[in-house]
Parts: sequence; structure tokens; C-alpha cells
Amino acid sequence: MCLGVPGQVTAVWEANGTRFATADFGGVTKEICLAYVPDVVVGDYTIVHVGFALTRLDEASALETLELFRSVGLLDEELGVVRTPTGPTSAAG
Amino acid sequence: MRYLDEFGDPDLARALLDDIHRTVTKPWALMEVCGGQTHTIIRNGIDQLLPEQVTLIHGPGCPVCVTPLEMIDRALEIASRPDVIFCSFGDMLRVPGSGRDLFRVKSDGGDVRIVYSPLDAVRLAQEHPDKQVVFFGIGFETTAPANAMTVTMAQQLGLTNFSLLVSHVLVPPAITALMESPVRRVQAFLAAGHVCTVMGMADYQPLVEKYHVPIVVTGFEPLDVLQGIRQALVQLEEGRAELENAYPRAVSYEGNAVARQVVGEVFETCDRAWRGIGVIPMSGWRLAPEFADFDAELRFDVTGITTEESGLCRSGEVLQGLITPVECAAFGKECTPRAPLGAPMVSSEGACAAYYQFRRLESPAAGGAR
Repeated sequence: MCLGVPGQVTAVWEANGTRFATADFGGVTKEICLAYVPDVVVGDYTIVHVGFALTRLDEASALETLELFRSVGLLDEELGVVRTPTGPTSAAG
Repeated sequence: MRYLDEFGDPDLARALLDDIHRTVTKPWALMEVCGGQTHTIIRNGIDQLLPEQVTLIHGPGCPVCVTPLEMIDRALEIASRPDVIFCSFGDMLRVPGSGRDLFRVKSDGGDVRIVYSPLDAVRLAQEHPDKQVVFFGIGFETTAPANAMTVTMAQQLGLTNFSLLVSHVLVPPAITALMESPVRRVQAFLAAGHVCTVMGMADYQPLVEKYHVPIVVTGFEPLDVLQGIRQALVQLEEGRAELENAYPRAVSYEGNAVARQVVGEVFETCDRAWRGIGVIPMSGWRLAPEFADFDAELRFDVTGITTEESGLCRSGEVLQGLITPVECAAFGKECTPRAPLGAPMVSSEGACAAYYQFRRLESPAAGGAR
């Protein structure tokens, strides 16, 4: 919850005056809210906490962190992904 | 001795450790505030790589662990109602309330859903206008911007079936409480990096000055933690007490101005009971009066709660850094992650879970954080 995961913004759109994005977290795609990082654009990396981007991060740091989280099994946990034999599924909701 | 390969950059890890060993001449006690940092320390054996004189005390920075029991019981009551969809981060479902947990409510027929983001709960409220959707808004300053935004979104969308059960906690008042405690052991703090990503660093300056205690804003990865420890130890050895940032790639002095503004509008500061620790003055956030319509505590009349903690669990002492998890007689016996007696055994940020995952095969004498 407090770790936050770096993700790369792959698409940005607006709904009800708020900016949202699709972000890629080392292969897992999630919808995130960009309300707190007005200057983040497609291609940027950002640290995401429970669906909200909180700060921009440089690419090298982001990739290192993602690799580390993956290697110790934290990536799925932080993203709420449940692995099943047929592949990853997101938490309900 | 752990293999330094696990640190990502073994050469840098070795250099930092060598520097720490050269620096330290006296015994020092540091507290890592955040449970995420505790997990890194125990997973990578950082405490065992440090000089003998350095003690790492695990802090109370596990949001799931310190959410007060009566708030858990309130959640259990609300989640049991047939008209409610109760949404929560996954970690909360196994946290023991007085006699049961949210998983039990779910298996008894309650509509309890694990969500990744509070935004998912807002979406559920839109999709289920016939249901009351409640989100369990817990956490430190890191999750507050997300939880605050759901309220402003629900307001914009005109949702009358969405509410938050808020139990936010704040780091700086917890540091104050630790420094004011009669059993004050901590000589320097590693502050939680992402809390400062949101709030910035200014709130820590008065603490550094008042208590003459070094505070180093620190990240969560093994090298980040080593760097934070090194900076804190250098300050202690030089007799300095300053606020330093060992995590500049994610933390600025100002923090996230937009997030701070929204959080400041939606929440107001209040006294908060921390599970196992007690009430810490002005250490929490609750919804501001303007947002009372979205307050689950007011929407649902939850009264007559009698809380009851496990008699065996010593999580309060663990959370205050007075004992390490392995010193609790129930550790790994009556209390395991599958059948936890206390919240620190549940959470991915809890100290007991960290020791269970990485240290339970060691004897109590060898398993402590020295």
C-alpha cells in the first residue's frame, strides 16, 4: 500500500474534467488517475499508489524498481493481481 | 552473511556497507518508520550486515496494523448489512476484529470486495445505485490523496450511495509520540519515502529541531535503505541532527502540492487511536464537516461495539519497537499468517509477517534485530 509501483503511461484521456491514463506495470496494465500529476504525458514513468500517480520517475529507476519488485514477488501483490493457471486477473471491482 | 547480489548493485551495496562499518564507533539505535522498509531490512538481512553496535527498531508504519480495533469492528458491522457492498484493500480482510474478520463476513454472505483502488469503489457505486457502497479508507499519507479524490468524484457525480469509512493515520505525530515516550530508545529516524512524496518534508523540520534527532527521508529498496541508514549514522557520529533526503528521485521538499491541497480540503486532523499503541493526539485524518454526507460512520448507525483483543498477542509492543516479533510466545505457533492473532502478522507491511516469511527458522536469540 505504501510501496507504490512505477508504471509507464501508455494512453491519456479525460473524464468529468479529470485526467486518467492507462499504465503498464511490467506487463500488467491498469487504469490510473493523473489528477495529482498534471504534467505527466504518454511515455512518462510515474509512481502509482492505489490507482493514483503521485510523482514522475526517471525511466532507469522505474525499470530497476519494477525488476526488483518482480524478483521478490511484490509486483503482483502491490497491483492486486491474482495469478491463476490461465494467467493474471485483477482484483474484483 | 547474505549475498549482496540481491541488492541489485552489489558493488554499491558493498561500498555503502564498508562506509557504514568505517563510520560507526558507538552503539546507535535507528527506527525505520515504514513497514515496507522493515520488510526490505528483514528480507535482505540488512540488520545482520550492519555493525554489531547498530540496532534497527521497527516502527509503527503499517497502516493495516494500527487501524484501531473498534474501526475494524465497525467495518465488520457495516459489511454485514444486506444493502451494503463493502470495498477494501485486500490486506484488511484477514485483520482480526473482535472475534471475526472481513473474510468471515464475506463467507457468511456479506458482499465484501477486494479492490485495487478506491476508484473501483466509486465505479461500483455508479453500477449499483440500489446498493450502498462503502470504501474502507485506511492508510498513511500515501493513500490519502486517492481516498480524498473518491469523495470529490462522488460529489461531482452526484452519488448518494457512496461513503468512506475513514481511519487515516499520520507519521509526524507518531514520531512525536515516540520521542515523548518514557522508554525513548530511538536516536534517529528513517522517514517513509512515499509519505514525503505526498506531504513533502517541512513537517519534519520542527521534530529534528525540538528533539535534536536526525531524520532521513528514505526509500524502500535495499540500496535506498542502506543509504538512509548510512546518512543517519554519519549524522549521529558527527553529533548533527538534520533533516536529509536520501530518496530525491521520488521526494521533493515541497511534496505534491496538488495532492496536499485536495487532502487538506477533504480531511481534517483529529485524535486517532492506534491499535496496540493507544490514542496519539492529532495523529489522524477524518472527513471534514463539509463532506459529512460521505462519512460512513455517520451514514450507518454503528453502536454497541464491545472490542476484545487476543490475550496472547503482543503486537502493541512490536509496533512500538519494544520487542521483536520472535520474542512473542505466540509467534509462529498460535499466530501465523493463515490464522493471525494480530494485524502485524497479516499485512505485507507488518513486522510479524516479515519475520514469519524470512526469519522463522532462526532461533529467537538469533532472530532479533539486535
